[in-house]
Amino acid sequence: MTRWGRAVLPLAVVLVVVIAVWYAGAAWLNFDVTANLAEDDATTWEILQGTMSQDRPLLPAPHQLVAELFSSVFEHPIDSPKSLIYHASVTAFAAFLGFLIALALGIGLAIGIVHVRTLDRSLMLWIIASQTIPVLAIAPMVVVVLGNIGFTGLLPKSLIAGYLSFFPIVTGMVKGLRSPDPMQRDLMRTYSASGLHLFTMLRWPASMSFLLPSLKVAATLALVGAIVAELPTGAQAGLGARLLSGSYYGQTLQIWAALFMASFLALLAIGVVDLFRLVLIRRRGGRL
Amino acid sequence: MTVLELLLLAAGGAAGLSLLARREGRLGQVGTPLLFGALVLAAWQIACVEFEIPRVLLPAPSAVAAAIVRSLPILAADFMQTVAHAVLIGWLLGSGAGLLAAVALDRSAFLRRGVLPLGSLVSAMPIVGIAPIMVMWFGFDWQSKAAVIVVMTFFPMLVNATAGLEATGTMERDLMHSYGAGYWQTLLKLRLPYALPFVFNALKLNSTLALIGGIVAEFFGTPIVGMGFRISTEVARMNLDVVWAEITMAAVVGSASFAALALVERAVTFWHPSFRA
Amino acid sequence: MQAAPPAPTAAAPVVRARNLSLVFDADGQKTVALSDVSLDIAGGSFVSLIGPSGCGKTTLLRAIADLERPTSGSLVVNGLSPEQARRNRAYGYVFQAPALYPWRSVERNVMLPLEIMGMPPEERRRRAERYLDLVGLREFRRRFPWQLSGGMQQRVSIARALSFEPALLLMDEPFGALDEITRDGLNLHLHRLWRSTGMTVIFVTHSIPEAVYLSSRIVVMSPRPGKVVEIIDVDLPGERELDVRETPAFLAVAHRVREALRAGHSYD
Repeated sequence: MTRWGRAVLPLAVVLVVVIAVWYAGAAWLNFDVTANLAEDDATTWEILQGTMSQDRPLLPAPHQLVAELFSSVFEHPIDSPKSLIYHASVTAFAAFLGFLIALALGIGLAIGIVHVRTLDRSLMLWIIASQTIPVLAIAPMVVVVLGNIGFTGLLPKSLIAGYLSFFPIVTGMVKGLRSPDPMQRDLMRTYSASGLHLFTMLRWPASMSFLLPSLKVAATLALVGAIVAELPTGAQAGLGARLLSGSYYGQTLQIWAALFMASFLALLAIGVVDLFRLVLIRRRGGRL
Repeated sequence: MTVLELLLLAAGGAAGLSLLARREGRLGQVGTPLLFGALVLAAWQIACVEFEIPRVLLPAPSAVAAAIVRSLPILAADFMQTVAHAVLIGWLLGSGAGLLAAVALDRSAFLRRGVLPLGSLVSAMPIVGIAPIMVMWFGFDWQSKAAVIVVMTFFPMLVNATAGLEATGTMERDLMHSYGAGYWQTLLKLRLPYALPFVFNALKLNSTLALIGGIVAEFFGTPIVGMGFRISTEVARMNLDVVWAEITMAAVVGSASFAALALVERAVTFWHPSFRA
Repeated sequence: MQAAPPAPTAAAPVVRARNLSLVFDADGQKTVALSDVSLDIAGGSFVSLIGPSGCGKTTLLRAIADLERPTSGSLVVNGLSPEQARRNRAYGYVFQAPALYPWRSVERNVMLPLEIMGMPPEERRRRAERYLDLVGLREFRRRFPWQLSGGMQQRVSIARALSFEPALLLMDEPFGALDEITRDGLNLHLHRLWRSTGMTVIFVTHSIPEAVYLSSRIVVMSPRPGKVVEIIDVDLPGERELDVRETPAFLAVAHRVREALRAGHSYD
């Protein structure tokens, strides 16, 4: 089998199975509701057909979801609150801003930790421990408290997104900056290289293969942070707001569409990081 | 306190940290972060008292401690609802199903190539968002939260356990082959033990994910008990000391379960290079 | 770039160690790595340090390179302290492993010390080309380290050490991890390089044939504590081919080295 066939054929088969199970699940889950709404003399076949086109299905059929995604993405101007693109961009922008803040602060702090022993000893344990703690739990409080002192909308969301993505960036970067082995460092010493040379020619390039995987984690965390930060104040715009209002009004199609859009954003973010990785790999002759 | 006194205090703390950080051995390694934590708490307390920061913005650590003591029954009820039911059951079911799926997929390279890319993809998605759907399917109580956690923890375990099952070297496999060992013997005696470090990695990662899932899923709707429910309602009522009490409990539960898993891992996979000093 | 140190006169040795001792202290556990080592290394010579593991040969080399601090005694490199010599970039160092930076191409690995020393780009390229040519790897200059075999990688690291034309080359078991055939080829290569440049080489090894073949002088060391047992002059023709290793004169020197190693071992 060709490489293409080896990679794509299994994936295609599994996807077909997933979609088939999805249709079966939709028929099964929506059956009772449909039967209750149907006329008394409806045949089983008619009810089954009905399960595929409920307004508020327990599980929308795949084609319903595609139709909903299509109409909410393409049939409204992108600045209208009915457009899913509008909501996605609100969330994505907050996540992206938070990610940038975390990137700058995270790399800066990692450099400090690697070079200043007091920082290393004081902070590293807490930074590692914080990865075992559900920090997302503070999101509602941050949003509400910042709202009380007059900051609403973008800023609280970006702060939470940044706070979440900060930790993987710091730990990845500290690991990376420390990754050069003693021999590689001794080499620099035999050249009597300055601290700046040691950093720019050894530590920094060596850190990249550690930073990039943690950037993927950080990017998806930023997105989750931005979405959850939209929940507590009942935000009017954003994917989190779409999820929440969908769940209030039983608009299942709206929930599923927002979920798929969020997943698409996560893939997009990972894709962008991967693109950076590929560029770097090309410059390094095929390996990171 | 005057500004001068505060500055002196800060300078003293920084000097103490840098002195302690230079010490070799346990004192420097454990003492420095502990002193740092104590200093942060002290600064927080002083700031709240001296600058009269309103309680609705930031309650002092003493107020949080008081809230913990005062609301112990509430905390216990929330713990039972969120941790003992949703998180524990979801984590067990999700991780267990992920492990079983990995063993099942192990026999078919074709299925593995189809499912694994999908699994890594799903792991990277904001799965907590399915909470409202799970509420529709399983009701408001802990069952729907456990369902969210099952989905969140299934794929990381699947991906990690599969990598673990593939971690055995060809030499070890050839050895089992030379003994005429069958598939199940090789699996039980060689490949599963080899996969254990990977499985524990997933269990540890999943314990954090499960706690996040349990709390955040409750933001979408829940009966009147649970850590996520408490956080969102007490935030709305400006009882921030109770919110901080819940956050403290979440932090303790998170790091304690991580530490407990790490201890079990050490006992079970003591032979792994990372534990040999 | 700092001024080059004055060239050592024929009389003054390049390295001069007197009663050198070095004790490692790890958490109160003291290990005597070097004990009372006195040694002169003349300019232009090829000196091997040989001995079993734990005899301090690598530690001595690292002390000369200012990668370790002696506990007592005096150590002079090019008439300066090891630290000053290092700051003057007096020596090139070749490690046990190639220690190439995987994100740099072969050529840019060779240029690494030149960049640090602030050489203009034109000169950097010229030197990299010259020294890669010297180790026979010119056509591989655009490759990356992992695309080369172990022997080729170590040749790159030798070119890197030569690129800034130090008068002293320190080599710490550079061929220890290579197979014997590759090693033979590199020995021949290194021998010709030393003959053509006239530089001083200090070479750590635990292979007797390698030491005898390459060296003008062999320093035999013994372990626990690391000290010099015997210094043996190698009386073989200056220009050597690999088959010199089968001559009686070669075997006689090898025998003396082996006897000295055995004597160093007898009392532990």
